[in-house]
Amino acid sequence: MNFIERFKKLVLYLLLTLGAAFIVLPFIWMLSTAFKPPQEVLSLKPHLIPAHPTLDNFITVFTKAPFGRFILNSTIIAVLSTISIVLTSSLGGFVFAKYRFIGRNFLFWTLISTIMIPPQVFVFPLYLFMRDLGLVDTYLGILAPSLIMGFGLFLMRQTISTIPDELLDSARIDGCSEFRIYWNIIVPVIKNAMGALGIYAFITSWGYLLWPLIITNSEELFTVPLGLAVFQKRFTVEYGPMMAACTIATLPLFLAFAIFRRRIVESFVLSGLKG
Amino acid sequence: MGKVNRTLFVFSVVFFLYFLFGILRLAPILQMFRISFYDFDLIGLRKEFIGFRNYIELFHDTNFHIALRNTLLVVAISVPTTVILAFILALFYNTKLRLRSFYQLIYFIPAIMPTAAVSLIWRWMYDPGYGLLNYVLSWFGIRPVPWLVDERIALYSVIILWVWKWVGYYAILFLVGLQNIPEMYKDAAKVDGANWWQSLRYVTLPLLKPVTLFVLIIASTWAFRIFVPVYILTLGSQGAPGNAVRVIVYDMYENYFVYDRVGYACAEGFVLFLIVALFTFLQLKLTRGSEAEGGT
Repeated sequence: MNFIERFKKLVLYLLLTLGAAFIVLPFIWMLSTAFKPPQEVLSLKPHLIPAHPTLDNFITVFTKAPFGRFILNSTIIAVLSTISIVLTSSLGGFVFAKYRFIGRNFLFWTLISTIMIPPQVFVFPLYLFMRDLGLVDTYLGILAPSLIMGFGLFLMRQTISTIPDELLDSARIDGCSEFRIYWNIIVPVIKNAMGALGIYAFITSWGYLLWPLIITNSEELFTVPLGLAVFQKRFTVEYGPMMAACTIATLPLFLAFAIFRRRIVESFVLSGLKG
Repeated sequence: MGKVNRTLFVFSVVFFLYFLFGILRLAPILQMFRISFYDFDLIGLRKEFIGFRNYIELFHDTNFHIALRNTLLVVAISVPTTVILAFILALFYNTKLRLRSFYQLIYFIPAIMPTAAVSLIWRWMYDPGYGLLNYVLSWFGIRPVPWLVDERIALYSVIILWVWKWVGYYAILFLVGLQNIPEMYKDAAKVDGANWWQSLRYVTLPLLKPVTLFVLIIASTWAFRIFVPVYILTLGSQGAPGNAVRVIVYDMYENYFVYDRVGYACAEGFVLFLIVALFTFLQLKLTRGSEAEGGT
């Protein structure tokens, strides 16, 4: 019995490890290639550990394409998008959770129904709007669709409804303005949910490709994913520099994951089950 | 005074939200619906109302048929595969195995990585001559597989990437569902003499139905919208399989920006919107339903 149990456990670990290897292998392959000189990259018997490791590929990435600029652009856009989504969602969630007014439910669910419009669909007509507003090829243009998130509003209202009204009433008696109530009372209570939403917003924004692809023309405005796509066109067969670029594109997320792993997983769970 | 302030506050927040959501979400989708009845180009030379002709043409368009078929294939294959694998993973996660949280994290990594980056990495994995995948297969005496070149295989290569990216994420969603099942149900089954399989079949699975539905719906809506892997895996390569991996969003993109058939692309987008909206609506409905019953 004990033997069988142990054997089962061994098989289980073996399967899990094999699966995990399949998950991690592409990343290891990426890292390995990124540090290889060209003749090693195109080898019929590749080694995972480069025989003559080199940084040339990374130098190529930064000299042949303004990858530093792409990273800066992605960071600026992801940070602004995160701030905007967290603020608009929590402020809106507060209003829809804690105030009574005519048409509240209708107004709320109309906004929430936008969750049904996939980004891959609304970006096409949005492009026409942005063009008419003269926002093609501008930071604001790239940022615009990521300023809001229907799911965020939903999540925030859910979270804020659990806060007891008495807390707000006592603040009102003390003469707090409505915005002060939001800022001094609501925000500290929902900090965790805001953090989760922020993480999710940042990671999705960092990954967008389709919209930047549509809205930008000039290289100075490219984000990292767009830079990767264009880079690939230019270096079709040079996988060394390309994997170096991918390493740079994924590195910030690896670092964030190493530090905030539990919170990142939680924020994704939340978005899946509610969004 | 306080009352006036309050009204003003509520009004300005709601107005501001409607301003943003109006411009960025609601107006575009209405505009898309409107343009789908026009013969419309990007510069504005053509702008003619043609009724349902775009939609009628869609029904007869070979490219759209191929795109629809491929998208449906991606959904039909990737969704069950990912969901079943994720469920099995979640069963492992839910045991008392040491290292289980370590495995959870490892399997989760691809979900947070930019799709463009992982698609590029997989393109290199799939390289017919120097890719790692064919090299590993050669250890087992398997001849090189033309992953992205052969049009019968290319779509499956996209699907493998998609499963790889999302399986760890859905596993965590299942795990949350499993952890919400009260121990007493399983204990009761044990007392009644149920074996592992019976307990899974008659206790766990029925109780897990809501979560399973969620995961199925999320997985399908995302698969319907697949674009980036297709775009990156086939971009600029000579002898790319082209139509073999054409999916709806890709076809839209091409109609819109390459062939300058904006109205037509909008009709296509609206069809996709309806499909995805239906699924998302079901999901919202289910979320609200299960909350009414007291928890997800």
